[in-house]
Amino acid sequence: MSARLVEGSEAFAQAMVSAGCRFFAGYPMTPFTEVLEHMAAALPTVGGVCMNAESELEAVGMVWGAAAAGTRAATGSTGQGLSLMQESIAEAALAGIGFVVLNMARGQGDYFQATRGGGHGDYRTPVLAPSGPAEVSQLIGEAFDLADRWRNPVMVVGDYYMAHTWVDVELSEDYPEPRSAPDWTLDGSTGGTGGAKLVSPLGTTKQRDGVGYDLAAHYAHADQQREAMAAGITPRAETTQTEDAEILLVAYGTMARYAESVVAMLRSEGHAVGLVRPITLWPYPERQVAEAAAGCRLVAVYENNAGQMIDDVKLSVLGVAPVVGLNGYRTDSSAFGISPDVSVEQLAASVRELLETS
Amino acid sequence: MTEDRRPKELFVIPSSEAPTDASRVADFTPDLIDVGEHHLCPGCGEPIAIRAVMDAIALLGLAEKSVAVFGIGCSTAFSNNLDVEVLQALHGRAPSVATGVSRVRPGLAVFTIQGDGDMANEGLQEVLHCAARGENIVCIMLNNGVFGETGGHLTVTTTIGQRTKNTIEGRDAAKHGHPMRIAELLAQIDGVGYVARGAVNDAGNVARTKRMMVEAFTAQQQGLGLSFVEVLTMCPTGWFVPTDEAPNYLAETIAGTHAVGVLRSALPSSPSD
Amino acid sequence: MSKPQQVRGTVVIDVEACKGCDLCIEACKPEVLAMTTAETNTRGYRFPQLLVGCTGCRACADVCPDFCFSVFRFDEPKTWTAESGLQ
Repeated sequence: MSARLVEGSEAFAQAMVSAGCRFFAGYPMTPFTEVLEHMAAALPTVGGVCMNAESELEAVGMVWGAAAAGTRAATGSTGQGLSLMQESIAEAALAGIGFVVLNMARGQGDYFQATRGGGHGDYRTPVLAPSGPAEVSQLIGEAFDLADRWRNPVMVVGDYYMAHTWVDVELSEDYPEPRSAPDWTLDGSTGGTGGAKLVSPLGTTKQRDGVGYDLAAHYAHADQQREAMAAGITPRAETTQTEDAEILLVAYGTMARYAESVVAMLRSEGHAVGLVRPITLWPYPERQVAEAAAGCRLVAVYENNAGQMIDDVKLSVLGVAPVVGLNGYRTDSSAFGISPDVSVEQLAASVRELLETS
Repeated sequence: MTEDRRPKELFVIPSSEAPTDASRVADFTPDLIDVGEHHLCPGCGEPIAIRAVMDAIALLGLAEKSVAVFGIGCSTAFSNNLDVEVLQALHGRAPSVATGVSRVRPGLAVFTIQGDGDMANEGLQEVLHCAARGENIVCIMLNNGVFGETGGHLTVTTTIGQRTKNTIEGRDAAKHGHPMRIAELLAQIDGVGYVARGAVNDAGNVARTKRMMVEAFTAQQQGLGLSFVEVLTMCPTGWFVPTDEAPNYLAETIAGTHAVGVLRSALPSSPSD
Repeated sequence: MSKPQQVRGTVVIDVEACKGCDLCIEACKPEVLAMTTAETNTRGYRFPQLLVGCTGCRACADVCPDFCFSVFRFDEPKTWTAESGLQ
């Protein structure tokens, strides 16, 4: 292991390669593009494949195939590009194909897309939200493990700030061997044996037992799988000084780092402010948010959008304390990155005002 | 209705038990088809085309290294009864899915089976880019000139004058645009190794189509780039014709626009036509 | 005495699998397949019957979308007469 100064995007890419990802497909889009560049450089050196897909639609299609053929595979984009991938993500969940999807978001406006699913049907994807480079490696590795364990697409949400900030990270020099292909995946070898494998979002039964697919039975089974996944993943959040907090901040990702600084600043002024930072956005850490909100007179949700995660906070708190939004879509003039008025001072001022008026 | 050719005295040969003093030259279902029964219409050409593919795979000994990637359409009803590994993709998306499989498992005989609506409408971009990249997969388009599964609607291969559910007076270029000849389009792309168009409307064409499949998979195994085989299939339901008239309808109407033949081949030996 | 006819092959027809599409009738070059008119299988479809003169060319099997045919060629060609049937 050695410490290197790298662009955040490279930290994401290195984390994927370390986790055994040997297939990546992507299409350039800000602020995701550099991840594709780094994967294009890194994967061939470890015998992997990086495809420059002709569109986001084909990127996720290629990953569908690579994952079904047994390789740890990932794709990514920003919210707009992920919009194109939604059908495939929704259906991959029905097919039982797991892979990682990275959203290098512009702001935090894709929270609903990630946690409610921008696709059709009852599917869900586990969503992990690092707040900085130190967490990226761990959460990327977990994402691949979850994708294998639950045979479901798993999302990791970053953003422009994380992608383009140069950071000091410990990077592994040796990549561990990727895990071997799971039993359900395809390599052609069961062909001609009378028991050739089938992987399909329409069902898994071969026609020997009847004619055609039984979609109703398949969807009922998919419901059970999804319930098991929801119950089987432990929701996680990090709390900062919530035990005696009067005002609780809730924030994730990059915005949580600002909130953390504000908590330290306001505590030093004698104010009882705390922060709960969801790390799994789905399943949402309802219990941790509710516990942190107990005893507070106000919960304030700080997010870089028109107000999305606030819905989940309200569902977690269930009226124990009022919930307000410190939201607003604050980007720079390009709409890729964070606007200058996202700052510790600005947030601290907003929270001081809440302390006085609530 | 077919004219009754039986002589006045009906001499029917019993045909329910196999003879013992003969050798079998054709069996009900090929080895690589598990279950022959399917829900496709009477007279549908798709099972005949899929049989040609399975026969080619068996002939070349590729069963244990094949992965079939199916699109969505009528042929989906024939996707869960094959004895080769099958990966079901979404409408139009089979070529990108096949690319993913092929890139992580080079050497496998990865192929797609898609209708014309699936490949040429929903997914035209996918197959074109696979051709440009020279992906070592076989893309197979079952072309009946309609979206069959949804009831028989216009696709980009529907011929001028052809009646479909949403061009009920007949396709009119001014209203509905022109058809595209997909095999010709692909034959122009550097990166293809084999491009052909067959048909299954009579025994001669079925035999020729099977030879095209053998050539396509041979080219794929030799790493010559994308192999593409278009197969004209009967769709009496979509064409509003009786089942016994569909083979002629195919020959006159469909093949009039989409001509049968080998369009491009990088194989060392001469093409099957 | 009827004219003897050479019969080089025969077929086994899976009558229940047939969907009555008539493609085999067109494909059969010796024209020895004929659809029933009144008789149907249990699903209600007419089905083909084999007449005298099969050559075992397997065109029927090649064009059938429902895999109804198994085709055989006799080790020695047979002869059919009305009086004695297939010998």
